[in-house]
Formats: sequence, structure tokens, C-alpha cells
Amino acid sequence: MADLFDKFDPMIQAREALGFEDASPIDVVMEEIISPTEAVIRGERTILAGTNNYLGLTFDPRCIRAAHEALDAAGTGTTGSRVLNGTYTGHKALEAALGKLYGGQQCMVFSTGFLANLASIGTLAGKDDFIVIDADSHASIYDACKMSDATIVRFKHNDPDDLDKRLRRLDAGGRVLVVVEGLYSMLGDKAPMKELVEVKNRHGAALMVDEAHSIGVFGETGCGVVQEAGVMDDVEFVVGTFSKSVGTIGGYCVSRHPKFDILRLAARPYMFTASLPPSVVASALKAVEILGAEPQHREKLWRNARQLHEGLCRAGFDLGAPASPVVAVKIAERDMTVRLWEQLLKNGVYVNLAMPPATPQGLNLLRCSLSAAHTEEQVATIVSTFERLARSNSVLTKPAA
Amino acid sequence: MSNALDEIITLIAPHNRKGVAVAAATTFATDLEWDSLTVMDFVAEMEDHFDIIIPLNLLPDLETVGQVADAVNELTEKKNG
Repeated sequence: MADLFDKFDPMIQAREALGFEDASPIDVVMEEIISPTEAVIRGERTILAGTNNYLGLTFDPRCIRAAHEALDAAGTGTTGSRVLNGTYTGHKALEAALGKLYGGQQCMVFSTGFLANLASIGTLAGKDDFIVIDADSHASIYDACKMSDATIVRFKHNDPDDLDKRLRRLDAGGRVLVVVEGLYSMLGDKAPMKELVEVKNRHGAALMVDEAHSIGVFGETGCGVVQEAGVMDDVEFVVGTFSKSVGTIGGYCVSRHPKFDILRLAARPYMFTASLPPSVVASALKAVEILGAEPQHREKLWRNARQLHEGLCRAGFDLGAPASPVVAVKIAERDMTVRLWEQLLKNGVYVNLAMPPATPQGLNLLRCSLSAAHTEEQVATIVSTFERLARSNSVLTKPAA
Repeated sequence: MSNALDEIITLIAPHNRKGVAVAAATTFATDLEWDSLTVMDFVAEMEDHFDIIIPLNLLPDLETVGQVADAVNELTEKKNG
């Protein structure tokens, strides 16, 4: 008899064919968290180089204290939706702080970054509208498009001319929502934001930028790639997450549109889920204040990013993009990628194993992400471990430059 | 008989790794063994070739080369009409 799980058989076979010897990514358990950059995995102290903890704020004493105080004062959870009993003063304060960070905009806070995309993209564009997305968009953007009744069009990754061509064919002006990301999470490549803004302005389209991996990382006060590119006033919507630089979980959307607030009554992923717990909101608020006011974390993050990028480049690795806090190492063969990932873990370095269909262009990647909390010595260890293992597996054959 | 069919078959050729004989009834997923990303990239190629927009919303209904050709003909007519 047919079974609901029959359709997953090819996926089960593909997983079994990967041939992990005794550690696989979905079985990784962080047995003890020592710091933002170290954990015990399989009983061994391991450097974490695949966490999205860009500013290292998960253990910031100020964030921890704020969370403790909120937990004691307001309890473990809200048990309700933002539109019922789930809006506390903390949620409003967090929205005000983000609105202020983005130069006096309105802000909505969601329970995750994924939901922020589902809610804002899926609700904004309706039956007679168009959503034009970058081809390498995150799964949450693709799923938001599936939820929407709009017509969905895809343009070539990071290609303003290709976007221009498609907007010209659509010829739909203000009924178009263009969606791009600030920093793409797999390869660590940045959007050409100035050029994209020029194109969407020419066609009168609205632009939404997902700064999930770029809030706290780019821009004078950490607003993201839109701020670094000097186009914040030209971008209609910015969405993002608290689960990376902000060090907890949750999502947000900011906008200047005068009718923005109506989304609170129209966006189902906002209304029909419980709001964030008070302790999460409190640590997010503290982290947003810190990332706006203390550029030193950003500066340290970029020093680490450049050190890792230069080190791996010099060793002879093929990297996905210019230096950024996401450094993706391309490995030609799938089986070798799996083997290197496993050996890195056994040698005390945790990175992300990323393979198709989660990666663009069918690439096999060992994806590293840096933190401001990494020390120079830790970054040097990551580089030397990569190099030693790649040489012993004959992945690197040329002598180091 | 659709006008776009022959052109689409020509466009498929460089991506036909399995060397399958392509006709109107050929399916992308089963016969050509294309994954969803390959299909989406091919859609972009057709959009540029025919100077039309093929919304992603149509993809679930486009299983065969012939269905794609019909959709392209319809979209081209709409553009010119």
C-alpha cells in the first residue's frame, strides 16, 4: 500500500549515500556552550566557525541581565498573539528602538525572521501585484511567494541589468515588490544595492531588503547593506532577524509607508502565532542598542573576517566571494566535502556543510561564519586546520602562496 | 502544433545531459531529470529568448515540453495582442 512517506525515498537514499563515517551534521549536539565561539561537541572542545553569531552578543552580560530581569518581572512567555494579549511594553520598546535605528521609521516585530518574510512579502503583494525576487533568495522568501496571490518573477542573482529587463517587460510600476537580500548567506556575497535601487526607482517599484545576515555587520550604526550603500531613504521595506547579530530569535520589518500599521491586521503570520517571550524581547532590545552604539564589535568582526579570508586564500582555497563575515570554501567533489567537514569537526573546528539544493550553482561548500568574539588565535587555528586537512586529502596540491 | 515548440527543443539541447530524444510529450522532471533549480534557470533563458515573462506560478502546471510551448505561445500572443 502506498505510504505518505514514499515520496521521501529519493531523499532518504541521497542522505544515506553521503557516507558520513561517524558524525553527520544533523546529529551534531552542542553538549556544552563554553562561549560564543566554543562548545563541547562529541565530548571535545570545538571552535565554532558556523554560527551566525556575528557580534558575539549571546553572552554579553548586559543582554543576559536584561533577559533575566524581564524573565523575573514578566514570566516565561506571553501565551498569546500580538493582536490579543501578546503585546507587552517590551515589544513596543523594541519596535521603537529599531524604528529609531533606521532613522525614524515604523517597525513591526515578529516571532521569527522566517515569519517576518512570510508576513510582509506574503501580505503586501496581492492578486493583481507582482513580486520580483533574486534567484538566490532564502527559502522563507520563496515560501512567502508561494503564500501570496501575486504573480512571481525571478531575476538573475545580483544582476541589476537582468532586473531592469524583467521590470521593463512587466511594466507594472507601483504594483511591483522587488525582494533582495543584503548579504547572501551561503556564498557571503553582497547585493549591488546602489545599482538595484537605481533600477527599481526607474520603474517605480518598491524594494524590500532582507538584512538577516547584514544587520549589525554593515553600515555606520549597523543597519545593514542599505546603510553602507547610502540608500536607506530609497528602500521601502527592510526585514531582518534577531537570530544572528542580535543573538536571540525573532524578526522585524521597518518602513516609512503611512499605511504600514495596517499589516498588523492583515498579516496572518503576525496575528496567528504567539508573540516573543519577554526575556527574548529584552535581550534583543539591549543587543539592538549595543549594535547601534558600539562599532567596535563590527570592526573586530571585520578584522576576523579578513584574517580568515586572506588565510584561506593564501592557502590556495577557492572562496565564494570577497571577504565578509561569511566565508564559503568551495570543494569540487561532494564526497570530499563530506569527508573534510567530518575531519574538521574531529579536529576541533565546526563549520556548516552546505550542499545542493540549499546552495546556488550546485556548489558544495564548507561555510564558515565569523564572530567578533573569535580571537586572532582561533581564526589562525581555523585556517591551519583547514589547510592541514585539505593537504592530507590532496585537495590542496599547490604550495601555499 | 505550437510555434514555439521547435525553438524550445533547440534551447533544451545544451542542457540535455542524458541525451534524451525531446518531443512535446517529454517531461522535465522524469525524462530530462531536471531539478527545480535547473527548471527555473531554463525558464529565465526562455524569457530572454522570447522576450516574455513566465511567472513562477505557472511552473507546477508545466510538466512537459509541449505544455511549456503552449504557455509560451499564449504569453507571446498576450504580449503582441
